[in-house]
Amino acid sequence: MVRSASAITLDAPTLTLGDDGVLPPARDGGDYGPDDRSPDFATRLRRARLGMCVAIAGIVMIFVSFTSAYLVRQGLPTLDPRTDALVRDWIPVRLPNLLLINTCVLLVSSLTMALARRQVAREVALVRFASLPGTSAGHEPRISWLTVTVFLGLSFLTMQWLAWRELAASGFYVGTSPSSSFVYLLTGMHGMHLLGGVLALLAAGAAPLLHRPLNSQLIILDVTGWYWHFMAILWIYIFCLLEFAR
Amino acid sequence: MGLVILIVIWLITVISTYFFIAKTWWLPTGASTAAAGIDHHFTTTYILMGAVFVAAQLALGFFAWKFRDRGPSSSKAASYSHGNNTLEILWTVLTLVLFVGMNLMSRSIWASERFDPAQPGALQVEVTGMQFAWYFRYAGPDGKFGAIKPELIDASAGGESALGLDPSDPASKDDVVAGTMYVPVGRQVELILRAQDVIHSFFIPSMRFKQDAVPGLAIHMHFTPIATGDYEIACAELCGLGHYKMHGMLKVVSPADFETWLAAREAEKQ
Amino acid sequence: MATREFAAHELHAAPQGFVRKWVFSLDHKVIGLQYYFLALTAVFVGMFLSLLMRIHLIWPNATLPLFGDIKPETYLSLLTMHGTIMVFFVLTTAPQGGFGNYFLPIQIGAADMAFPVLNMLSFWITFLAYIVMLSAFFVVGGAPLHGWTGYPPLSALPSAGPGEGLGADLWVISIALFCVGALMSALNFITTTLDMRAKGMTLMRMPLTCWAWFITAILGLLAFGVLFSAGILLLLDRNAGTSFFVPLVTVNGQLAGHKGGSPLLWQHLFWFFGHPEVYIAILPAMGLCSQLLSVFSRKPIFGYKAMVYAMLSIGLLGFMVWGHHMFMSGMSPYTGFAFSVMTMAIGVPSAIKTFNWLGTMWGARIRFSSPMLFAIGFVSLFVSGGISGPFLAQPVLDIPLHDTYFVTGHFHLIMGVASIFGIFGATYYWFPKMFGRMMSESLARWHFWFTFIGTYAIFMPMHYLGMAGHPRRYSQLTELNYLHGLVPLQKFITYAAFVTIAGQFIFLFNLFWSMKAGKKASDNPWEATTLEWTTTTPPPHDNFGGHTPVVCNGPYEYSVPGAPRDYVMQTDPAIVSVAH
Repeated sequence: MVRSASAITLDAPTLTLGDDGVLPPARDGGDYGPDDRSPDFATRLRRARLGMCVAIAGIVMIFVSFTSAYLVRQGLPTLDPRTDALVRDWIPVRLPNLLLINTCVLLVSSLTMALARRQVAREVALVRFASLPGTSAGHEPRISWLTVTVFLGLSFLTMQWLAWRELAASGFYVGTSPSSSFVYLLTGMHGMHLLGGVLALLAAGAAPLLHRPLNSQLIILDVTGWYWHFMAILWIYIFCLLEFAR
Repeated sequence: MGLVILIVIWLITVISTYFFIAKTWWLPTGASTAAAGIDHHFTTTYILMGAVFVAAQLALGFFAWKFRDRGPSSSKAASYSHGNNTLEILWTVLTLVLFVGMNLMSRSIWASERFDPAQPGALQVEVTGMQFAWYFRYAGPDGKFGAIKPELIDASAGGESALGLDPSDPASKDDVVAGTMYVPVGRQVELILRAQDVIHSFFIPSMRFKQDAVPGLAIHMHFTPIATGDYEIACAELCGLGHYKMHGMLKVVSPADFETWLAAREAEKQ
Repeated sequence: MATREFAAHELHAAPQGFVRKWVFSLDHKVIGLQYYFLALTAVFVGMFLSLLMRIHLIWPNATLPLFGDIKPETYLSLLTMHGTIMVFFVLTTAPQGGFGNYFLPIQIGAADMAFPVLNMLSFWITFLAYIVMLSAFFVVGGAPLHGWTGYPPLSALPSAGPGEGLGADLWVISIALFCVGALMSALNFITTTLDMRAKGMTLMRMPLTCWAWFITAILGLLAFGVLFSAGILLLLDRNAGTSFFVPLVTVNGQLAGHKGGSPLLWQHLFWFFGHPEVYIAILPAMGLCSQLLSVFSRKPIFGYKAMVYAMLSIGLLGFMVWGHHMFMSGMSPYTGFAFSVMTMAIGVPSAIKTFNWLGTMWGARIRFSSPMLFAIGFVSLFVSGGISGPFLAQPVLDIPLHDTYFVTGHFHLIMGVASIFGIFGATYYWFPKMFGRMMSESLARWHFWFTFIGTYAIFMPMHYLGMAGHPRRYSQLTELNYLHGLVPLQKFITYAAFVTIAGQFIFLFNLFWSMKAGKKASDNPWEATTLEWTTTTPPPHDNFGGHTPVVCNGPYEYSVPGAPRDYVMQTDPAIVSVAH
């Protein structure tokens, strides 16, 4: 919240803005002009977002192929040489309830991710004004939504691990049956990708400590946000596949 | 240099085409009912594609020579053209018609080989591929193939043990297992292809027959031999270190000779 | 303080220090060279493996110095590693990671790739994959013997053969790493092409090399994820007791402990990747061939738009034809026929490109510089390799020809040799820009003739072998009776291989000697029009020395009537070309 005050207080994190410490003037995007070799913030953001879309397309193909393997394997009869008959060996697996709880956790984390992004976006926007005499960026207590998201992400991963333990306890290991193989495979691959997202969030959170510019942090958060939402959608998809396409 | 390119490309084209036309190394004589159709379509394809090959290579060599830069003395500039849409459409359509048409021409042969199941009176032979031999099983007088128990498989003992025939199943008592495949000429053979360990492929060049034998599947396929003789069987899917020596023999004999052979084998089982 | 990660290069601060400049460089030009030299070592390794294979085939009992006897399983390991190393670390690395990285940004007028750190990481992951792959030779059991296609159950069961233990695990891990590196690289290429073109560089003014790299990257993005998945499933089957690919089987009398899996599932997944992969291997060479033919014919490329659409259709259709590798596999014959129709259809855009290449040479003023020789050679090889395709594409004809030397001849000509000609052509063409010197033209000509005639001598006879029924991947020709008559032809092929391989050392010598002692090159020795020739030789750190090019013309404005010279640079505003 910006308000006028007699004293100037600056609450924003340290900024590194280039050699002279002044934010470059706002531009309306577009890529290189004839003499400008450093792309501006809007360009960098657009480029990062494009890159993230492309990356998501690549990751989608990984899970498309796992899905096709799942469907093929589920419906596949093979020959039992003893009886010369075609048998199917698919035993549906009862999914631990923990997975349902986890789904909610991930959806909430998507929400907090969006809040985290807005929070940092606001800080970046306010920095511009914070350097004007007579304004301050305010003191209201703030939850770091970024921290909450990281916490929720790590909780999700921990509870996935516990769900695996529960599965194993009821006798379903990786190699027990094709259906259990896929449960571990799909949740494991998703978990690995989510961990990557958590690491990206930690990198974003560490940006001030590493003296990176605030708008770099915003770019990382922005695209990680898209990635995070994709991870949530992917999780819902996997969960539905495992639960309903049994 | 343009002339050298022309000469070399033309020579390569002429020499390679020569060996195709002279059939110096060629498909073996066909000995099954499928061979005539397959060979006929092969000839059609290679004439059409051969014509394209020769035309394209000769044109390439010719253009390299004809349109060479003749040096500063020649004032003729290269022609400034970005293309010709009419030509593009023309050769696109022609190529499409040629390629797809050629393929559609072969549909009926493929259908008769693969879509249609074996006829009711066909001779059933179960072919099992394993590292590194082929075994052939005939159902015996009861007309049924007996059960197999994988735990009983013992390749070193050969024959029934290699397949793991279950002696407790009455249907397996009269099954004849041989290392050489005998069939009577003129009668359709229905193969049931299996594999015990890895993927193999049952390939009889003279019969124009090839089919992968896949573990977990029993693949039914048929062919009809039309000439007596001995025909080598090769394995045509990499199956391990003995892949190169996993060969067998198909002996196509007269119906009388086949009955004699089979009767003798069945008698051994009594 | 400098910004990193997503920012373009600082104008002023090129990296200092050996490690920052040459090892962990973020400069796409250095990374491109790193990929190129990785591929160069890989191609000599792959070539050496094939030399051993050829020797063993015709002299199976020979004892080689240093190696001793080559056992049958060794032959198969050589075969597997030859194929894997060549396909991944040469054909998927040099044209795209090597030349694409170096020249895509420059040809579109950018200062670097979109994500330089990602670029650096993708190289080092690829390098790691290469080391892991080579390490398979040195572990207990040796390298795997299951072919580059790795069909289970052979590739899934350690008991199925020597080398199928740790060696096969390393092979899968290497491929999985390679997939990760390839996906990262594809991301960079796509984002760069879409977002970093200079002013005036519309998509339809991009050189065809850029189109080829772009479409190749899209193919890679969508295909490598599938290979990655297949690799994970195989790794689980091998090590975690799963049964994705392995049904109930008995190996050497022992039940293998799996059941219910499908070997065909692997084939579907593998070839869904594998077919786009062969287009990934050839598309950059096709783009380059268009480029070289135009430059050295002094003519615009014939039918630029058709070329673009042809490459796009090849890319798209390439995802719909994978089943043509599986006609004999036990797949439904109806499905097989559907795949064969699509496969014949994909021959059409390839034919269009060939006609257009010929059309480019029509009415030309051809200069026979070394890059042009390889471009012409490429067209010839592409025709030869392509013509055998329609034989294999028709399932009925695939019955006698599948898994014979006919296939080996086909893919070596169309994918192996043609693509290598693209790499050679690119090297001779861009060497002056990269290293500031010219390569020796006379050595280049020797190299060309050795290779052009030599590779035809090696691979054309393989078609005859295949028609005669000679199966592939046979480590010895001593067992099958009907092969005995084909041994003389195999001998001929081996002798041709000796000569051709020897000829490659001419190239190697020329490459390194010219770096030190070649004639100094001007900025535009070939008088070409694309953006890399507007900048200095070698290009400065940010490619254009502080200014961004503005593009006014298409990339192939040669012999424009009324122009002062027979070429008009893309940046030349004075003469705006017709109809672009």
